[in-house]
Amino acid sequence: MGEGVKCVITGTNIKALGRAVHSLSRIGDELYFEPLEDGLCLRSVNSSRSAYASFTLAPLFFHSYEATGGTCHCKIHMKTVISVFRSLPSLEKTVEKCLISLNAEKSRLVIQLLCKYGITKTHNLSYQDCESLQAVYNPDTCPNMLRAPARLLSDAVMHFPQTLAEITIMASPCGKVTLRNYVEEDIDSTKTMLTELSLSRDEFLVYQLKKQSDITFCLREFRGLLSFAESTSLPVSIHFNTAGLHCLTCCPVLWESTLHTLPDLETGQGVGPAVFSVDDTVLEVHFVLATLSDTDRASQSESQYNRPPLHSSEDDFLGDDIDYMIAMETTVTHSPPPSSPTFCGHSCINPFQEAQDPLSDDEPDAGVPGTPPNKKFRSLFFGSILANSGHSNQEILAEDSDREEE
Amino acid sequence: MRFRSKIVDVSCLNHFTRVINTISKLTKTCTLRLTVNNLYFILTDKVANGGVSMWCELSQGNFFDEYQMEGVCMEQNEIFLELIPENLSRALKTAQNAKSVKVKLTNKHCPCLTVALELPSLSSSSRIVTHDIPVSVIPRRLWNDFKEPSVPEFDVSIYLPALKTMKSVVERMKNLSNYIVIEANRNGEINLKIETDLVSVSTHFKDLGNPPWVSDDASQNSTQEIDNMAEARIDIRKLLQFLAGQQVNPTKAICNIVHKRMVHFILLHEDVSLQYFIPALA
Repeated sequence: MGEGVKCVITGTNIKALGRAVHSLSRIGDELYFEPLEDGLCLRSVNSSRSAYASFTLAPLFFHSYEATGGTCHCKIHMKTVISVFRSLPSLEKTVEKCLISLNAEKSRLVIQLLCKYGITKTHNLSYQDCESLQAVYNPDTCPNMLRAPARLLSDAVMHFPQTLAEITIMASPCGKVTLRNYVEEDIDSTKTMLTELSLSRDEFLVYQLKKQSDITFCLREFRGLLSFAESTSLPVSIHFNTAGLHCLTCCPVLWESTLHTLPDLETGQGVGPAVFSVDDTVLEVHFVLATLSDTDRASQSESQYNRPPLHSSEDDFLGDDIDYMIAMETTVTHSPPPSSPTFCGHSCINPFQEAQDPLSDDEPDAGVPGTPPNKKFRSLFFGSILANSGHSNQEILAEDSDREEE
Repeated sequence: MRFRSKIVDVSCLNHFTRVINTISKLTKTCTLRLTVNNLYFILTDKVANGGVSMWCELSQGNFFDEYQMEGVCMEQNEIFLELIPENLSRALKTAQNAKSVKVKLTNKHCPCLTVALELPSLSSSSRIVTHDIPVSVIPRRLWNDFKEPSVPEFDVSIYLPALKTMKSVVERMKNLSNYIVIEANRNGEINLKIETDLVSVSTHFKDLGNPPWVSDDASQNSTQEIDNMAEARIDIRKLLQFLAGQQVNPTKAICNIVHKRMVHFILLHEDVSLQYFIPALA
């Protein structure tokens, strides 16, 4: 490496950076720090890889920005970074200048906070070199886009309990957006409070919808984005696909739904993740969240997506967590399915390179509902997008899955 | 069986929310009894909830702008539902700036108490939030289990000191002991005591006054009895739950003690009355 970065942040942007770190900390345990020519990239992905967030801070965001030499990528423990920016009010009150530099010789990321009364706090954070973290998604291929003030969305999600894991957004072309809490199938719905909220299209800034669409995604991460967006008072754009096509984005998808999605993939329809973005001249924020394809619910609300009835017994013995993990599995080789849910932690070295498997490879399994398509799912996720976007696989590298350093 | 009601007035809504919050702090599940004039939140003294019981009575006219109910039949024009008050409390939490709140009994995927909030929005139409709270309808043969408890034959009845003060005292005592002894006399004195192997703490309150109960006039006359303490040893967590959870800011708070048997609290606030019974431990 030997390359470095030196940047200075002043004024309210210090707090914005702090908020960005807070939002990222809701996603994963590691912060990917990547200084590029056209700005500083901060990224994170959660352990199950069902949520990915990326903040790109343009050089204009900084008082001065200097990325020297070639590219360097490193990752830092989220805990150490969050401790630097923990208290946002005191950041705003006391810090006048923030200096970030990468000291490659000592392998330290140095964050200096120049505070009032000449106090300087210097944080030397250790980091690890790593590959660039880059999820593959292309919001432009999504047929549906909603844009709304962050305030509207946070006022809407406020009605849902803090502990709620997933939320469903149902949008119809006639101009009604409904949010409701997602109840897992194995939970007795006669014991759970259901909350539903409707918004009319007049409240949205952009309402572009081709078909009735439902998406279900994690609320916690979404709240993280909203709290950032609200502070910047920028609108949030939501790009998503039609119901049944979206589960490609990743994880909490149950097996059978993966199967149902396969035919759609083969027809080459535009498949893409649900992307939540906030854009400004100086910053660009993307949250890519896994969406859950619930065939049951989709058929309830929209008969045009009649799919074969659910056929699964796997649900019963597989907890949600296991689903998450398995869904992240890669097609490294076409070996038998893992016997242990921890399998993915140390088997696949570079999922993305293998992810280019042609989709047709997945076909045989598609017809066998009893076969766990766990390995296919990942290849679906990345492979198809790769094909669409035409990226070379070298650019698209995942974090190493074997973390001996920990 | 039908029930629908509507709250428009903000202060009524706040008041109702506070009552519900109080109840949700006291119990995980409770029975909601709806009659033409009143709402009751009832917890019966099951062993499962530590023998405590609760009776909370609200006059509907003081809360609701619209209130329609139709029971099972004309003779028994009442509805008994079992629900989790926490759900109701959560539904009302974000209702504070609602234009109106409707509470109605619906039959969706299961019997539900549906709380529909009409919230102001930037567009011409309001935002509607609905919360479907699952409830179970209690059959008529079980209604007898939910009778209003009679005021026990207490030995002492006394006004409580400021609940906040009492709460902060009990909060500290809770760190030392699991049990608390409440003792009081007819001379307006209450003592809160804990005793452990290492420490004894007691807090004394005086000049609290004793409410005039019609029935006990006769025995009140004997002067030597007036300083006699009636006491009950109760679970300190139950007491703290009651003191910490209450949000009704009562105009009157009364404590009745049945010597070595139970403590009975009554909170009165205009149109709400809340009774809470904590059994004494040996």
